[in-house]
Amino acid sequence: MSDMMATRDAYGEVLAELGQDNERIVVLDADLSGSTKTAVFGKKFPDRFFNMGIAEANMVVTAAGLAAIGKIPFVSTFAIFASGRAWEQIRQSVAYPKANVKVVATHGGVTVGEDGGSHQSVEDIAIMRAIPNMTVIVPADGVETKAAIKAIADYKGPVYVRLGRNKVPTVFPKDYSFAIGKGSELVTGSDLTFVTTGLMTSAAVKAAEALKSEGISARVVHIGTVKPLDQDILVKAAKETQLIITAEEHSIIGGLGGAVAELLSEHCPVPVHRLGVKDRFGTSGKAEELLKYFELTADDLAGAAREALKRK
Amino acid sequence: MKETIAKLEDKARSLRVSIIKTLHKSQSGHTGGSLSAIDIITVLYFHTMRHDSANPQWDGRDRFVLSKGHAAPAQYVALAEAGYFPKEDLMMLRRLGSHLQGHPDSKVTPGVEVCTGSLGQGLSLANGMAMGLKLDGKPNHVYAVLGDGELQEGQVWEAAMAAAHYKLDNLCAIVDANGLQIDGEVDRVMAVAPIADKFRAFGWHTIEIDGHDIGAIIDAFEQAKSLTGKPTVIVARTVKGKGVSFFENKASYHGVTPSDDELPRALECLGEQCNL
Repeated sequence: MSDMMATRDAYGEVLAELGQDNERIVVLDADLSGSTKTAVFGKKFPDRFFNMGIAEANMVVTAAGLAAIGKIPFVSTFAIFASGRAWEQIRQSVAYPKANVKVVATHGGVTVGEDGGSHQSVEDIAIMRAIPNMTVIVPADGVETKAAIKAIADYKGPVYVRLGRNKVPTVFPKDYSFAIGKGSELVTGSDLTFVTTGLMTSAAVKAAEALKSEGISARVVHIGTVKPLDQDILVKAAKETQLIITAEEHSIIGGLGGAVAELLSEHCPVPVHRLGVKDRFGTSGKAEELLKYFELTADDLAGAAREALKRK
Repeated sequence: MKETIAKLEDKARSLRVSIIKTLHKSQSGHTGGSLSAIDIITVLYFHTMRHDSANPQWDGRDRFVLSKGHAAPAQYVALAEAGYFPKEDLMMLRRLGSHLQGHPDSKVTPGVEVCTGSLGQGLSLANGMAMGLKLDGKPNHVYAVLGDGELQEGQVWEAAMAAAHYKLDNLCAIVDANGLQIDGEVDRVMAVAPIADKFRAFGWHTIEIDGHDIGAIIDAFEQAKSLTGKPTVIVARTVKGKGVSFFENKASYHGVTPSDDELPRALECLGEQCNL
């Protein structure tokens, strides 16, 4: 886990790579191409890159129009604007017709940092997950981001991908292959299972290492696809460890924790402790400070595990 | 040309009859805005656009977007007349399991290109199609019919800006300007006038016509086709409920269908005997 890479950087690189092989790929951005890294594609393929200005609603629906002609549009802006400003456009013009549009949102979660609560999207996974036909992907690192972007370019249908701003530790090996809807067991364990997504996965791996030295065997299951959820890996973890702790850089309402709780309540009811942003907005601060503030560090995860085990 | 116009006028009249019968049967749907747009839609489907009902996905087809999707009956009767599906299917409008949904749905209706009906999104869809066709070096045109009330949606102007910015000369927007929306006169609810001036300021070529004058509609589309370097908008002045005297210019007929009593009178207005 020594390598560090921002998932948005991985996105920019893989997009430019895919554009070489697949001429149907077009990219749209709303005046944030330097931040979302779509500018990397734009520089290489200016004819297939459309800066739509600060107009997210129009951008998303224009992408649906391009998809109707057979293009594979990747649409990018910050998660808060993609999922919020353009929600109804994504519902009506992308998901409802099953348009082949990939909404790749960067700057998800609280680690956007200093810009503050207005720019910290803590609801996007919940609101995208609620839309029929929509696939929701939250990669853990740069390796998974590249693999996921390649996979969704080949998949026909609407997808929402949530990426982050800052560099995160690499947890997956370079040859990792991503499959939509499949979770990954990164650490084996029998006492409890951390179910995590996005940058919380690397924190869970660290927490599991710390717990191991105390004789606690924690499993880590990474959920790269929040929807559709990998039922098999989750029910197996619930049966075998009888305790689930979810962690996400997102509200505890409606995101990964909500999805896992919904699934397990029907298929294998065991205690599910949800770690995340507790029904509140974000605030300005440095990314690392904010992870501490919202109790989402590896130490917090390990602490939550110890507490939960006492009540097991 | 005169003969062409006469034939299209007759076609539009018979499509109005179809709209009335369809909406009477469904007892749910939008009468006023379907009747106001039908002359424009008739010219598009039976004169201006290249399309093939035997092959709805034909690569060489022009694209049509009904941004004011509540006027779906007007598109459906045109598609049925053009042979995309049997005319009997019109009687299933808005029923459970029908391929004729309340608003246009590309997943289930042959000849419908995109899902529309949430107002303000159609021009953006048309932009995307026009951009895609240009990217492929295709000569096909894209036509989008909008309502004047719909222009109150801010996204329309985002799209208007983008269409001019990307010089989409293969795009023609038509505003079915009947002056009425659900709550009353557009001017009173939220004035959008002057429509042509606004589009002109955004960088569009503008044409203003009587939206029930078939000859003028044909000419406007020909002009739009020959223009290069910018998109064209046709501001078509229309009458809500056009063709049925007691529906005309009444906002109350926006989302109301003909009753049993109104049906024969409506058909009579259109020069049709009621055989039902």
